[in-house]
Amino acid sequence: MTALRTTPGQTIGPYLGQGLPFPGDNQLVPFGTPGAIRLHGHVYAGDGSVIPDALVEIWQADADGNVAQEAGSFARDGWTFTGWGRTACDRTGEFSFTTVLPGATGEGKAPFFAVVVFARGLLDKLFTRIYLPGHPANAADPLLASLDEGERSTLIARADETGLRFDIHLQGASETVFLRHG
Amino acid sequence: MTTTPAALSGWEADTLTQADIDAEIAALATPAALEGAPQTRLDYPPYRSSVLRHPTKELRHADPETIELWSPCFSERDVHPLESDLTLGAHDGWNSQATGQPIGERITVSGRVLDGDGRPVAGQLIEVWQANAAGRYVHKNEQHDAPLDPNFTGLGRALTGADGSYCFTTIKPGPYPWGNHRNAWRPAHIHFSFFGREFTQRMITQMYFPGDPLFALDPIYQAIGDQRDRDALVATYDHDLTVPEHSLGFRWDVVLSGPRRTWMEES
Repeated sequence: MTALRTTPGQTIGPYLGQGLPFPGDNQLVPFGTPGAIRLHGHVYAGDGSVIPDALVEIWQADADGNVAQEAGSFARDGWTFTGWGRTACDRTGEFSFTTVLPGATGEGKAPFFAVVVFARGLLDKLFTRIYLPGHPANAADPLLASLDEGERSTLIARADETGLRFDIHLQGASETVFLRHG
Repeated sequence: MTTTPAALSGWEADTLTQADIDAEIAALATPAALEGAPQTRLDYPPYRSSVLRHPTKELRHADPETIELWSPCFSERDVHPLESDLTLGAHDGWNSQATGQPIGERITVSGRVLDGDGRPVAGQLIEVWQANAAGRYVHKNEQHDAPLDPNFTGLGRALTGADGSYCFTTIKPGPYPWGNHRNAWRPAHIHFSFFGREFTQRMITQMYFPGDPLFALDPIYQAIGDQRDRDALVATYDHDLTVPEHSLGFRWDVVLSGPRRTWMEES
């Protein structure tokens, strides 16, 4: 039971590029790492236009399902896996991470990337998850099981030639399922 | 509520007045309009950019899974102590290249980050970014023709202390015009980004200064429906934080959501 009133969020605004990106922000592992994949997609507004001023962060277990508690995301040494990455969308509204597939954090658990999205025009953050296509544990995942087929499909990445593609629709017919944890 | 995309044209931004926005804000401040609304309303047409950028479906409940009950780790490997002083000149991290002091009213902003149980959020990352004293950001998309300050980048980082405390030294940002409607101005603010002990506590917000006459006019600030929550984003002047002959002090405490991780999961 929480006692204090939560401080409200506000939009990240148009100047997110001033303060938040940093060198290597989207490289959870170096290019060429065995097992490395590209996780990428676009962020879309309700009219289907891309959102170039969005920021996407991912937080994930390593390939063995371990939750990293290693510092160094701002000073990546090319070796330590911190499990966290950030990227501002480019001018075409695309984001891209170099990472590895997360492993299951427990027996029978469906692995996923935890995601938070910020954007100009988006008044508070949005949480979502990126599940892995065809993973056998998806069927038993409580969140996926609570959704209808159309909703479920918005949370499962598509495999492509370099890894995974996952588009984020803030609004519209393909609107991504966003989460509350309280 | 529907707003047609046509209402978002540049033509509208030129003709839409503050009085029009004031009326929209007032219409959305009634008890009926606020019933069931989240703390920060995502669907808030007075902020025109939100019209096509908010989900129309309810957020879906998800019990946090293991990864969401932990947060990425940051340490002195990531953040140098001097990064909390934004007055050290235009710098890349702490590798200061500039020798001058930024123009403006030097301030100290300090407070504590707590979780919903009142426990300190210790050793977690805070990032800040802000306009300079003239209301200008160092950003390629910035169009306000106020002067840049060669000695001010407006970027800072800090790790919270064991008691959840933080302290930034900076200059007071200026208000600035923006394109929401004709003669739209943002109240002066500093952007703050927080990490908690859990990913579910991740939060970005804006800190404002007491007594700003632009509060009532600002659709971003007014998107928060409850006066208590709006007040929670306004720092208070604190003479005990004022540093003699140096800077005026402002206190701003922050409460992150949760926690959702229980003591059983700590072990």
